[in-house]
Amino acid sequence: MPEIKPMEGNQAVAEAMRQINPDVVAAYPITPSTEVVQTFSSFVANGLVDTNYVAVESEHSAMSACTAAAVAGGRVMNATSSQGLALMWEILYITASLRAPVILTVVNRALSGNINIHCDHSDGMGARDCGWVQLYGENVQEGYDNLLQAVRIGEALDVRLPVMNCIDGFLVSHSYELLQVEDDAPVKDFVGPYQAVNPLLDISHPISIGPLDLWDYYFEHKRGQCDAYPPAKEAILAVGKEFGKTFGREYGLMEEFMLEDAELAVVALGSTAGVAKVAVESLREDGVKAGLLKLRAFRPFPAAEIAAALQGKKAIAVFDRAISFGAASGPLFSEVAAALYTAGQQIPALSVLYGLGGREITPEQISGVFRQLPEVASGGQPADPVLFLGVRE
Amino acid sequence: MPKNLKQLSESEVRLTGGHRLCPGCGEPIAVRQVLMGTEDPVIVVSATGCTEVSTTIFPYTAWACPWLHIAFENAGAAVSGVEAMYKAKLARAAKGETLPDYIPADKPYKFVAFAGDGGTYDIGLQSLSGAAERRQQFLYVCLNNEAYMNTGVQRSSATPMGMNTTTSPAGSVLPGKTVHRKDLTEIMVAHEMPYVAQCGVSRWRDLVGCAEKAFAVDGPTFINCLTPCPLGWIHDSSKTVEIGQLASDCCIWPLYEVVDGKYKLNYRPKEKKPVDEYLKAQGRFRHLFKDESGAEMRRKMQEWVDYKWEQLLKKCAEE
Ligand SMILES: Cc1ncc(C[n+]2csc(CCOP(=O)(O)OP(=O)(O)O)c2C)c(N)n1
Repeated sequence: MPEIKPMEGNQAVAEAMRQINPDVVAAYPITPSTEVVQTFSSFVANGLVDTNYVAVESEHSAMSACTAAAVAGGRVMNATSSQGLALMWEILYITASLRAPVILTVVNRALSGNINIHCDHSDGMGARDCGWVQLYGENVQEGYDNLLQAVRIGEALDVRLPVMNCIDGFLVSHSYELLQVEDDAPVKDFVGPYQAVNPLLDISHPISIGPLDLWDYYFEHKRGQCDAYPPAKEAILAVGKEFGKTFGREYGLMEEFMLEDAELAVVALGSTAGVAKVAVESLREDGVKAGLLKLRAFRPFPAAEIAAALQGKKAIAVFDRAISFGAASGPLFSEVAAALYTAGQQIPALSVLYGLGGREITPEQISGVFRQLPEVASGGQPADPVLFLGVRE
Repeated sequence: MPKNLKQLSESEVRLTGGHRLCPGCGEPIAVRQVLMGTEDPVIVVSATGCTEVSTTIFPYTAWACPWLHIAFENAGAAVSGVEAMYKAKLARAAKGETLPDYIPADKPYKFVAFAGDGGTYDIGLQSLSGAAERRQQFLYVCLNNEAYMNTGVQRSSATPMGMNTTTSPAGSVLPGKTVHRKDLTEIMVAHEMPYVAQCGVSRWRDLVGCAEKAFAVDGPTFINCLTPCPLGWIHDSSKTVEIGQLASDCCIWPLYEVVDGKYKLNYRPKEKKPVDEYLKAQGRFRHLFKDESGAEMRRKMQEWVDYKWEQLLKKCAEE
């Protein structure tokens, strides 16, 4: 019987890793993801998993060893945050290019400087172009559920991409919530056995992995890599559906919360979606037709699906917990705006930058943004569509 | 048992001809001889550098065994990742899971990393140090041509004092590199690895023999192999082996091994040649023969070589 018990996000992630029982974990501690690594190490020490745990000396080596282990031919997992993800940056691209389905939990945290250990999405957004699938979870349950699904998505034979399972630092990683922990056996059945593709350890079919690739082939290889993302989107949907059938919680590319008949909408990632739901509910009580689009899959970016979900809205606000310095708006905003433009939809929109370095975001603040939207809708779009929310100016 | 030349000539070719390294390059000589040190299946990991780029220009490869390259500074971590996966599969099989059919149960694998001195002494030192400390099973070979050759002869911390490189050029004020190289072999000895050796490309019996010993160890092993580079050292491409031999004859590159902490000199020149003879043979030191400041630097080099050689003899309990 599945058990419902209070768990922190990090413990939930470690628990999912125990159930997945990967072949290799190579990891390095960093707040706020440290506990994942610690808890998993105790599983190794107590014989609860068969994993070969490689206690590397840096995140750069962690991702190098993970990538190497994955191309060798097996299931590989890891967890990190912030500076750790930044240190992996060089290798992240290579992991994806080698089509190594490594699964990395990213407990989102601000990037230095100045050094800050609390939540924002600068780390994940910094890694958005490296070729990994990125799933953002709202709460502890999603951190757990997304990790189980990540294995299936990344390892799908027409996908073969690494996957980041992103949860918000402290807000989710260190929050106790009631988690439905599924039984080991159905989880094991759900993730299934690892299927190796051209494993390096196949001694009778020697292959060279990671060659020098110049002007005459590199571009074709990059173009070929692009073909993995539409199937990744399909895999997210198919696996999310199967997960729903098996465990009762279905997932898609996004969650639409009171969105269908909404006139004003907010787009957000991660735990902020939970805060926004509170705001939307109370606005609805006041008769405001508010709605939320919570994006689960940031990579591959479901542009057409987002445009369809937002069609006909009078105004929207896109919440970014990261700054793309020097850009005209937040990174999520840019992509949502591009999606709408491409779909021929001219919806007045605000880019909201909020919550950096763990700055609190409240339902009242989000309601405040909703209350600005009618003016934006009626052509009162501010000259600078970028709104800094909750900062002392 | 060290094999004879006839036996070696019959051993499996893992790095084939047709690669695009320069004529006279010391690196493929070292790679081939090291790989002759085992008949077991070998998985090779390369760091970015001359050998990596020249052996695998897509869509070609010169490797007849499984080969992986990820990046420049991570050969230690990459080889430990591959080894970790192999060990994970074996451990699971020992617990009753089925071993994947592409891994023969009766043939233990060997894992080798090849990296240049840049990829080892400098940017990859942390990764190598970590892998050595974890006591994983691999042989790490530094293909040491004493500079970053792939990117055009920049100095590394393996570059000897006085060498003219493109980032320590000999100029009117500076005489090439002004400081001595670091002693990486001793750094690896300090990791208390079960087997560490310093080798060259002029004595095949020594290099193949050291590789054999390294492959026989269940743990991390390290070979620092001097691989002359005609392009960067500026010598004729027919002189690679000779120059390598001269390095050991003048004791600037002694051949020795350290087995479980015990030092053994693997080659003692009958007559220790002056360092000048070695320097003179290579264009990279040409500027040291022009004036008194060059002569002063050569004297310093000789003093340093003498000092290091005496230290080594003591460690090897040689007179
Ligand atoms: C992180 C990073 N920095 C720099 C480089 C550029 N680079 C490629 S190979 C190389 C030098 C290689 O020198 P070495 O390791 O001595 O090997 P060699 O080419 O001499 O065999 C450098 C600097 C790189 N590929 N990656």
